[in-house]
Amino acid sequence: MTELPLAWGLALAGALLAIGMIGVLVRRNVIFILISVEIMLNAAGLGAVVAGAHWGAAEGQVLFIFILTLAAAEVCVGLGLILLLHRRFATLDADAISTMRD
Amino acid sequence: MEIAFYIAAAIAMLATLLTVTRLDAVHALLYLIVSLLAVAVVLYTLGAPFAAALEVIVYAGAIVVLFVFVVMMLNLGRGASAQERRWLAPSMWVGPGLLALALIGEVIAVTGWIAPDPNRIQVIGAQQIGAMLFGPYLLAVELASMLLLAGLVGAYHLGRRGLPGH
Repeated sequence: MTELPLAWGLALAGALLAIGMIGVLVRRNVIFILISVEIMLNAAGLGAVVAGAHWGAAEGQVLFIFILTLAAAEVCVGLGLILLLHRRFATLDADAISTMRD
Repeated sequence: MEIAFYIAAAIAMLATLLTVTRLDAVHALLYLIVSLLAVAVVLYTLGAPFAAALEVIVYAGAIVVLFVFVVMMLNLGRGASAQERRWLAPSMWVGPGLLALALIGEVIAVTGWIAPDPNRIQVIGAQQIGAMLFGPYLLAVELASMLLLAGLVGAYHLGRRGLPGH
């Protein structure tokens, strides 16, 4: 059993998740919202690896790889949406697209 | 190894906080890279070298490069060169550079001087993860490939010129 404290690793993952969530809620620039979502996904993966390391199981890193795949697919579509938003509305403000029709 | 964990965790927290509070996207991306590298060091100290390598290659490599690419594409046109000059001012890369320097010093110390104690940290390498991925979790791997295909098709559709109604 590893001596590295599980609590501290999970606390780091939770803190990173909280910072990312604050970023999502506070920032109105869509690029920063996407960056914050990436931070949150990364924190979730870190939590999985910390738990896996504590129990000596490889499943934590397997879950990390799946989260990595999810983040890659998500950022690919998200950046496409940002480019489309910038092309159509010439802005990066998330509040500019708060209505479904103009 | 434990002190390395705490230092890297502190750097990760600091860099992430600075990431979400920057006003300029490129500044934020520099701190994001440092944050991801710090998390990679944390993963290494936890006995997960394969996950640490993936973190550096996929997150700090591929995903951040995509972000930088889009930020550069959004800033084409007038005043772009003046903006680039402003981005390259020393005041903007000194902070991330110092944090990255602390990280690399730590990596050198961890890999060179402080030998990991096998009794305290159980290293789970790529072999065990591969056996797990292509054994019990094979269906999940197939689902991940479907997800990546969906992402590819979605990005192609969104990036296409001349969408209907435009």
